[in-house]
Amino acid sequence: MSARSISFTLNGQLVSTTIEPHRNLVELLQRFDLFGARESCGQGLCGCCTVLVDGQAVSGCLYFAVWADGKSVTTVEHLDADGALSNVQEAFIACGAFQCGFCTPGFVLMTHQLLKHNPDPSDEDIRHYLSGNLCRCAAYPEIVAAVKQAAKAAGTTAGISAGQ
Amino acid sequence: MKQIGRELPRLEARAKVSGRAEYTHNLRLPGMLYGKVTRSTVPHGVIRRIDTTAARALPGVHRVVTGEDIRKLIPEPYYGPAFHDQPILAFDKVRYVGEPVAAVLASDPHVAEHAAQLITAEYDELPAVYDELAAMQPDTLVHEVLRPAGTFADLKHLQGRKGTNVALDYHLRRGDADKAFANAHRVFEHTFKTQQCLHLPFEPHVAVAEPGDERLTIYSSNQTPSFVRIEIARLFGWPENRVRVKVPYLGGGYGSKVYVKLEALVAALAMLVRRPVKIALTMEEQFYMITKHPTTFRIKSGVDKDGRIIARACEVYWNGGAYADIGPRVTQKSGFTAAGPYDIENVSIDSYALYTNRTPAGALRGFGVPQLVWGYESHTDLIARELGMDPVAFRRKNLLRNGRPQASGTVLRDAAVGEVLDALVARIGWNAPFNRGSPTLRRGRGIAIGLKASISPTTSVAMVNVSADGSVYLYKSTVDMGQGGDTAFAQIVGEVLDVKAEDVRVVAPDTDVTPYDMGTLGSRSLYHMGNAVRLAAEDARAKLRALAAEAGLPEGTNYPPAEIFRKRYGMQAGNVIGTGSFVPSYKPPDPQTGQSDNVTPFWMVGGAAAEVEVDTETGHVRVLRLINAADCGKLINPAVARTQLSGAAIMQLGFTLSEAMQLDGGQVTNASLADYKIPGIGDVPPMENELVAAEQHSGPFGAKGLGETGTFGVSPAIANAVHDAVDVRITELPITAEAVLRALRAKAGRPLEDE
Repeated sequence: MSARSISFTLNGQLVSTTIEPHRNLVELLQRFDLFGARESCGQGLCGCCTVLVDGQAVSGCLYFAVWADGKSVTTVEHLDADGALSNVQEAFIACGAFQCGFCTPGFVLMTHQLLKHNPDPSDEDIRHYLSGNLCRCAAYPEIVAAVKQAAKAAGTTAGISAGQ
Repeated sequence: MKQIGRELPRLEARAKVSGRAEYTHNLRLPGMLYGKVTRSTVPHGVIRRIDTTAARALPGVHRVVTGEDIRKLIPEPYYGPAFHDQPILAFDKVRYVGEPVAAVLASDPHVAEHAAQLITAEYDELPAVYDELAAMQPDTLVHEVLRPAGTFADLKHLQGRKGTNVALDYHLRRGDADKAFANAHRVFEHTFKTQQCLHLPFEPHVAVAEPGDERLTIYSSNQTPSFVRIEIARLFGWPENRVRVKVPYLGGGYGSKVYVKLEALVAALAMLVRRPVKIALTMEEQFYMITKHPTTFRIKSGVDKDGRIIARACEVYWNGGAYADIGPRVTQKSGFTAAGPYDIENVSIDSYALYTNRTPAGALRGFGVPQLVWGYESHTDLIARELGMDPVAFRRKNLLRNGRPQASGTVLRDAAVGEVLDALVARIGWNAPFNRGSPTLRRGRGIAIGLKASISPTTSVAMVNVSADGSVYLYKSTVDMGQGGDTAFAQIVGEVLDVKAEDVRVVAPDTDVTPYDMGTLGSRSLYHMGNAVRLAAEDARAKLRALAAEAGLPEGTNYPPAEIFRKRYGMQAGNVIGTGSFVPSYKPPDPQTGQSDNVTPFWMVGGAAAEVEVDTETGHVRVLRLINAADCGKLINPAVARTQLSGAAIMQLGFTLSEAMQLDGGQVTNASLADYKIPGIGDVPPMENELVAAEQHSGPFGAKGLGETGTFGVSPAIANAVHDAVDVRITELPITAEAVLRALRAKAGRPLEDE
């Protein structure tokens, strides 16, 4: 199959490449040495390959690479691009919300998206929103705690800036 | 600052949350080829012909390799930890659906995959055997000749045995069970079964081999780098030092990545084509790699008038699939605890490892013990109910206590059996009344506890290096697959050398660099490697003191290491290397009676209490509360320990309620996460986890392993709770809504028709 030229924004930088139409977004990211999105189940069920496209979470294993043309793609590696971990990443560490860490980037990105839409989620909201991400080590109770802690930290930050 | 007991986040936490942690999954080498495997479509058959013409003709295919090609490189291409029974690629017979029969290499994995599908094989099909009881009969033989590896001394007598599917039979005799049954007031007998399920780490098996000049480097997602080195060197007839095995972080293991899995295949392929080769399984392919043993467990107990168990007879049949893997060790090493954590004078145990035409079975988080606890704790509960005794009171009456001999004859020490049971009873409020639900949504509670011995005797070696500036390295071949081993070992080093654990550099397993370790399995690491690491750190400390004396520093003063080095060598130079090796004492069990007074260096104790709600109209079981309690000795890192207990329990919840490989004519019909249901975030019931106060006196700072303990009690606790709720007994895992509904309807005299 013949390759197509695509251009897209990757973690804030405009990039171009050529890629065959059967390759998925995870393979595309690997070409840019980004391995945080990982193909695991290959069916869009586990969430290990979660990537944000135009701010919306997609399963990288089911998303054709050519669809990224003209779009803005954000991966987990972007969250600490300035050297500091995000609130969510800090909370995941503090709460011990992972074991092997293979699924963790997906959970972290989904948590960012959740908190953007719902800054103060209940346990039930969290479980519902993250139901598309699986963790075989089953760090689920710690993940719920981490999301709540991240929400609280974000709320505190927002409160301070509002107060200024 | 005290390092033991610190709730320190994992050392690699930042790398994991930022997506930058190194896994074999990520690895690409210059000139690397991707391998894809063609798999058998029949469960049992003689290979007549493998047609690779179309695959070889596909543009982009570098090479197609069959079993015959492998044999030109390695004349005896069989591997396995207990038996050398598994061919790198099948060449005479296939023994299960999914067995590798050919491999394709290409620079593009999609091309390799396409070509692998173009290969066709013809077989003369043979009758197949899938069930462990059927396999006891020699009607269908999976292997014509048994080939024990000789790794384990007690398997050597099986060499060349023919005409059977029994890879290992293990027997234990204590007292006189037959006589005690004859004298018993009541005798109870039940049969319990478990299903075939599997580990499914989210980083599926993956390995890369890089050929050198008469040497190989293997990068692998593997729990046993030292073993892989030895086994690959054996296959090539090389000394160990020509094989280098490197293991970064693992994206999960749970026992699936022990011993050789893909490593022999990538090694052979890389040597054939003289280029690096990577094989990464898909999630589906993991269903054809390694699984958990299905079992049939017949258990019989004799009880006296006072409710004391005076005799117990156990027959356990382990369905090991087509290749033995570590099944014979499971059969023996777990077999001897089949009578449970009870003080029983007369015990007989017969445990059989069987070959069948299924995907091989190995060790899954518990090394067989969860299958045993499922049987003996369901059985124990049934006895209590039949006797009209409270299940907890019945257990307390019969509990094995420290100072008393276990069925093997080894005296129980530092095993908090009573404390774990007490913790469960207290947390669930066993003696308090509770809401029994409604007529259609009925509630019940159940409790179960289990006991596991550590696999023994096994060796761990560690090395601690203090640099000239005082910074510290730890070298060990224990793999961190998510259990937090690196962090715990750094805490042990830090405690001995008085440095912060997070400042200890833990070097990833690399057999050219890191010393021998038997393997990261069976919850052995914290105890065995923990002891070795402590000894290595103490050795480094002693050598630092000697160096200070050489430098003329006064004895008893506390100079920082950097100053000692500067004083001794005149500049920032030199280093001090401490070593430690640990192997516990052990006495092999008598082959006839299974008796030994030193069969394990430590015992693991775990249990669960559950409250469930059963929908009598659908059979659906909802777990309302799950309490897990365990003895892991003194805690090195309580935060990590709690997550191990919790994670193991949730994993076992999947094996209890939903997970089962479905077979049709030997073909797995649900080989995907879409059809094989593992627990998700919405499936976790309200849980409480308790690590009881305990101490393992022979462990490093009083600690012992915990990786598996959370699995022990979950399944029978839930079955016991279901029984309490709706008065039906489920004897086969998983406890699906269908199974419960069938039992309810059968009890009501309106059985559901079979499909």
